[in-house]
Amino acid sequence: MDSQQVLPLSKPKIGVAGRTGFWRSLTPIIDHDKCVKCLLCVVLCPEASIVVERDSPKILYEYCKGCGICAEECPVKAISMVSGDEVGT
Amino acid sequence: MKWVLDTGNHIAALAAKYARVQVIPIYPITPQTSIAELLSEFIERGEMKARLIRVESEHSAMAAAIGASLFGARTFTATSSHGLALMHEMLHWATGARTPIVMAVVNRALGPPWSIWTEYTDTMSQRDTGWIQAYVISNQEIFDTIIQAYKIAENRKVMLPFMVCFEGFTISHTAEPVSVPEQEEIDDFLPSYEYDLLTNFDNPLTLGNVAFPDDYFKMRESIEKSMREARNTIISVCSEYSKKFGQDHGFLIQPFFEEESNIFIVTLGGVAGEAMDSIKILRNENIKAGLVRIRFFRPFPKEELREILRNAELVVTLDRSTSFGADPQVFCEVKSALYGLDVPVYGAIVGLGGKEIDYFSISQIVKHMMRIRKEQGKMEYLRWYMK
Repeated sequence: MDSQQVLPLSKPKIGVAGRTGFWRSLTPIIDHDKCVKCLLCVVLCPEASIVVERDSPKILYEYCKGCGICAEECPVKAISMVSGDEVGT
Repeated sequence: MKWVLDTGNHIAALAAKYARVQVIPIYPITPQTSIAELLSEFIERGEMKARLIRVESEHSAMAAAIGASLFGARTFTATSSHGLALMHEMLHWATGARTPIVMAVVNRALGPPWSIWTEYTDTMSQRDTGWIQAYVISNQEIFDTIIQAYKIAENRKVMLPFMVCFEGFTISHTAEPVSVPEQEEIDDFLPSYEYDLLTNFDNPLTLGNVAFPDDYFKMRESIEKSMREARNTIISVCSEYSKKFGQDHGFLIQPFFEEESNIFIVTLGGVAGEAMDSIKILRNENIKAGLVRIRFFRPFPKEELREILRNAELVVTLDRSTSFGADPQVFCEVKSALYGLDVPVYGAIVGLGGKEIDYFSISQIVKHMMRIRKEQGKMEYLRWYMK
């Protein structure tokens, strides 16, 4: 490409939209005693902010925006949305 | 070279075929429909190797065109009036994404009241979207401009979308003989489109992410620079075309009698064709009348107009469009181009909603304006000519 324009391009990388975790007002907390490791939350997180670590889901709080979809979808209600600045950080 | 007798719309489709267009996302609307029809016939008959995408709206047509163009396909579409209005959001997107899409726009009035007849308010309303806009006056110019459009738009210094505008019915449905070069000659003039920015899957990129104000500002400035660069590209491409194919439609403007005139009509599109004949009437009556046809409204030919009109005794602009609450577009921009010069500019709003505007009434308008200038001495004047 020998284009001479300034183009709005971005490369895929982790956190390309910035540290969106600070947008969060409610924080999802996983109760690992209740968790059945179905990993639905990993699949359904729209921000790909839940990863799998030793077969269990782990929330990346740096990027989780706190939308609550994981808590809503969890079949065993193992995720609760908690308020407060300090939670999960 | 061969002669083809056909309507403006069919010639536009033929030009897209000769330009070896690869993707055509299109939605039919009167009076543009026969462009879409003929293109699909070309593809069905195997005469044209292109993908025609049937979409659910003009907004989708332009969105698909942007996608196709970003992935390196030479892309064409066509629309009119309400269809163009529905594309509005995507027109800005096409510019920001720097996609050299070429679109034929068959000018038609907007409703209500419902009208299928011609007027330029549809494309004039899109003048700030960053598209290059050419207004053409004949079927020959439709063919030539569409071929030129790809070469201008795809120039790496330009990379802007391009609309070729012509009047509904009076041009779109009128057959004229058109000189069509051989396919090999066109291929020689217009090489294939090479763009691989987003197709390298080893280096995946996404286009159009959020940009903070500093970057956004830079990108807008970059579009303006390209628009300025487009002026030079238009001149070089059009002169190369006229040398190669013998068709000369001017560059950004096309002046007539510019040397020996002191009264000038300035207008664009099909109205300029009528204005050309009105010049003959006026010159027969010993009025030194000339004409400047604005061929490109974007980029606007400010310097060219200033140069030709600097000593004019009177400039009469004809607008087949409106900008309610302000001056119509040609009048407004011609005045702006002549700012600081001692040149009176009088504007006429004519031919709205397909209202007939012929060479005789244009000559009457010019004489009326000359009388007002003489009697009242005003520097500017605007009037709606309904009769």
